[in-house]
Amino acid sequence: MIEVDAVIIGGGIVGASAALFLSKAGRRVALLERDFCGSHSSGVNYGGVRRQGRPLSQLPLSQRAHEIWGQLPQLIGIDGEYQRSGHLKLARSLDDLRALHDYAASSQGFGLDLQLLDRDELRRRFPWVGTVAVGASLCPDDGHANPRLVSPAFAQAARRHGAQVHEQCPVSQVTHDGQRFAVRTETAVEFRAPWLLNCAGAWASRFAAQFGEAVPMHAGHPAMLVTEPLPVVMDASTGVEGGGIYARQVARGNCVLGGGQGFALDDARARPGQSAVIEILRQAVELYPFLEGAQAIRTWSGTEGYLPDRQPVIGPSSTQPGLLHAFGFAGAGFQIGPAVGQALTEIICSGASSTPLDAFSITRFHSISVA
Amino acid sequence: MKPIVIIGAGPAGIRAAQTLAAHGIYPVLLDEAARGGGQIYRRQPANFTRSSDKLYGFEAAKANAIHQTLEELRQQLDYRPDTLVWNAEAGQLDTLHEGRAARLDYASVIVATGATDRILPVPGWTLPGVYSLGAAQIALKFQGCAIGERVVFAGSGPLLYLVAYQYAKAGANVVAVLDSSPLSAQARALPGLLAQPATLAKGLYYRAWLTTHGIPVHQGASLTLIEGERRVQSLKWRSKTTERTLDCDAVAFAHGLRSETQLADLLGCEFAWSPLNRAWLPQRDSAGRSSSAGVYLAGDGAGIMGADAAEMAGERAALALLEDLGYRVDPQRCAQLEQSLERIGHFRQGLERAFVFPEDWASRATDDLMICRCEEVSVADIRQVVGEGHWEINRVKAHCRVGMGRCQGRMCGAAAAEIIARESGRAVRDIGRLRAQAPVKPVPFGLEVEP
Repeated sequence: MIEVDAVIIGGGIVGASAALFLSKAGRRVALLERDFCGSHSSGVNYGGVRRQGRPLSQLPLSQRAHEIWGQLPQLIGIDGEYQRSGHLKLARSLDDLRALHDYAASSQGFGLDLQLLDRDELRRRFPWVGTVAVGASLCPDDGHANPRLVSPAFAQAARRHGAQVHEQCPVSQVTHDGQRFAVRTETAVEFRAPWLLNCAGAWASRFAAQFGEAVPMHAGHPAMLVTEPLPVVMDASTGVEGGGIYARQVARGNCVLGGGQGFALDDARARPGQSAVIEILRQAVELYPFLEGAQAIRTWSGTEGYLPDRQPVIGPSSTQPGLLHAFGFAGAGFQIGPAVGQALTEIICSGASSTPLDAFSITRFHSISVA
Repeated sequence: MKPIVIIGAGPAGIRAAQTLAAHGIYPVLLDEAARGGGQIYRRQPANFTRSSDKLYGFEAAKANAIHQTLEELRQQLDYRPDTLVWNAEAGQLDTLHEGRAARLDYASVIVATGATDRILPVPGWTLPGVYSLGAAQIALKFQGCAIGERVVFAGSGPLLYLVAYQYAKAGANVVAVLDSSPLSAQARALPGLLAQPATLAKGLYYRAWLTTHGIPVHQGASLTLIEGERRVQSLKWRSKTTERTLDCDAVAFAHGLRSETQLADLLGCEFAWSPLNRAWLPQRDSAGRSSSAGVYLAGDGAGIMGADAAEMAGERAALALLEDLGYRVDPQRCAQLEQSLERIGHFRQGLERAFVFPEDWASRATDDLMICRCEEVSVADIRQVVGEGHWEINRVKAHCRVGMGRCQGRMCGAAAAEIIARESGRAVRDIGRLRAQAPVKPVPFGLEVEP
C-alpha cells in the first residue's frame, strides 16, 4: 500500500502536468498510466498550440496555458519543437470571413491580438495559401509543437520533481472509505490518497459514472497524416473556418495534416480510415497548392473524448469530495492541458482555481440521462 | 459478388492464382511490379532479350514455369500489375494504380507480399554505390546493369553467394565475398541442410565456382566500414585474426531477408515471435490460414522459406481458401504440400545455423552510425532515448523518429530493434513490435479517385 496526497489516473498532458505542478508544490503524487505516458491523444494529436477559435469560456484558461507554454524548456527540460509561428484560420467564403470577423470582435480583451487579413493581404503575407481562401484571421503568437515529445516530457519532469510515475499500470478498482480513496491497479498495487484526479481522457467516464456522475461522452478519432520532408514554405499553422483540413510544417520540412474522422479498432486503438485520408490528399492541394505531387508517408489516429457541447469537464465532483475531473477536451486539450493541471493543483493547494472553471462543471450533465 | 483477391504476383501468388483458377474461381491478382514473377523471378523489361538461362541460371526452368503459368492464366483471372495495395480495412483493399486510388471489396484475400533484405548498417552504408544484395540482384536481373565495376559482396545468407556468382558470371569484377558467418557454423549446420540436398548442392556450387575462379571468399569476415568521398572507394573488414582494407567502387550487403508484413498487420492478423526469423510474423497454420477470417498468408511475407516453398505455400493457401468455401479439394495433395513445406522448414533451420545472425552487431555499432536514413536517426539518438527509460519500440520511435520515415521501418526496423534490445538489456522479442501504419508505401497528394 502506497500513501500519497493525490492519485492521478491518466498520464496524458493533463494528468502529467497536474503531477508536475503538484510535485513542485511539495505534494506526494502517484501518476497511474494504463499504457505509456503521452502515448494516446496527448501524444498523437496534430500538435496545434492554439487559442484562436476556442469558445470564449475557454480563453482565460487558454491564455494562462499560453504563458506556461512560453516557459516550456524551464518547465519540462526540452523545447518540444514548440514555435510561435502564428495560427492562420482561413475562410473559404465571405460568410466564413464574416464569422472570423465576429470571433475577432467577441474575443477582444482576451489577449489574442487577432489580425484580419483580406484576400490581398493573405496573398501577400502567406503566398503559399491557395486561392480558394478569400481571407483569414491570424493569431500571431499561437503556434505548434511536437506532441510526441511534449506530453511524455511533462511526465518525465513530474518524475524528476518526485512524482511516482507508474506506466503500464491500469486501474482496476477505485473506492472511498469516507476519508480517502483506495486505488487498486492490475499490477496489484494499492494507493491511498485524499485526492483523486480523473484525467483518463476518452476513458474517464467510467470513473465518473462510478461516483454517480455519468456523462454522455463518446470517442472521436481524428485522421492525420504526414508528408516526407518538403522545402519549408509554411510559416504558420493553419486551420479552416467551419472545419476541414488543418496543416502545419515542422522545421524538418514534413507537413502534418489532419481532417475528418477515422474509426476505432478497439477500445484503445484507432485508425484514420481510407476515406478521410483520401479526402485530405485530395482537398489539401486546394488550400496548399505546393503539396501537389508530394507524398504522404504515414497516417495515424487516436482516441479523444467528446461531450455533446464539445466543452471539457474540469473541476470538483459534486458527489464525492476529493475527486477532481478533467477530461473530454474534444480534440483540443493539448494547448490548454498544462493550465488545467495548474488549476487542479490550485484547487488542492489553495482551495480554488484562480481561473474560473464554472463553465466546465460536471453538474451541467446531471439532468441529462446518459444512454 | 465480391472477388477473391491475391496480393503479390511472385511464386506464391501465381501458384495460388493457378490453383483457384483450376477450381473455377476468377480471382483478382494485384501486383506492384509491371510484370509478374516476384523479386526472385523478376522479369526484365519487355524489350530486353537476354535468355532465361542467363537471367536465372539453375533456376531458369522454375522461372520460366512461373512466368508461363501467369501467361496461360491471363484469361482466367483479373491481373492488375503496377498496382500498389497501400491500405487494408475490414473487407476492403485500397489500391493505387497510375496515380488513381481505388477501393476493392474482397470476399477472401491471399497475402503473398514477399520479402526484402535485412539490413544491419555499417558506417558508410548510405554512400552512393552501396546496395542491398537484393537490389544488386535486381539491377542485374531487371536492367542488365552491375552496381559497379569492382564489387564486394558482404553479409550472410544464401543470397550472398548467389548474387556474387551471378555478378561474376555476368562478367563483373567481384573483388571479394565477405561472409560474416564462421566456417564452423556452416559445418555444424550440415545435417539440417542435407534435408534439401539439391539446394545445398547449388549453394556449395556457387561457392566452389567463386573460389575456382580466383574470387577470394572470406568466412567469419565482418564488414566494418565503407569509405569514400562521393561514392564508395574502399572498405574495411575484419575477422578474428586480421583487419584489412579493400579497394572497390560498389558494395552489396545484407544479412538474410525479412518478411513484408505490413498488410497482414493492417488486415488484423495476430503476430507471434519467430526465433528462427528473429522477427514478429503473422501467425499461419500449416495450410496458410491467418488468425483473421478470410485472410490467408503464403510465401516469404509470412516467414522466410524461399521460392520453392512459396510456390507450395501459395497452392496450399489457395486450397485452404477453397476448402473453407466448401469446395472439394484433393486431401492427398494438401498433405503432400504440407509435408514438403515441413521438410523445407527443417532445411531453413539449417540455413539459419549456417548463416548465423551476428548477435554482436548491436554492441559493435558506434554512436555515429546512421540507422534510419529516412529520418537521419543515429545509434546515439536511439541510445539516448533508451537511456531516458524507453524500451518499447513504438515509444522509442515516437521519441526519436526511428522507423517513422518514408520506408516506415522496413529498412531500419530490424537494426533499431537490435539496438533497443541491447541498450535496454532486454531480448529483441521483449521490446514490442513496430505497428504498421498505412500507407504501406507513400501515396501522393492530388490523386484521382475512381468513383
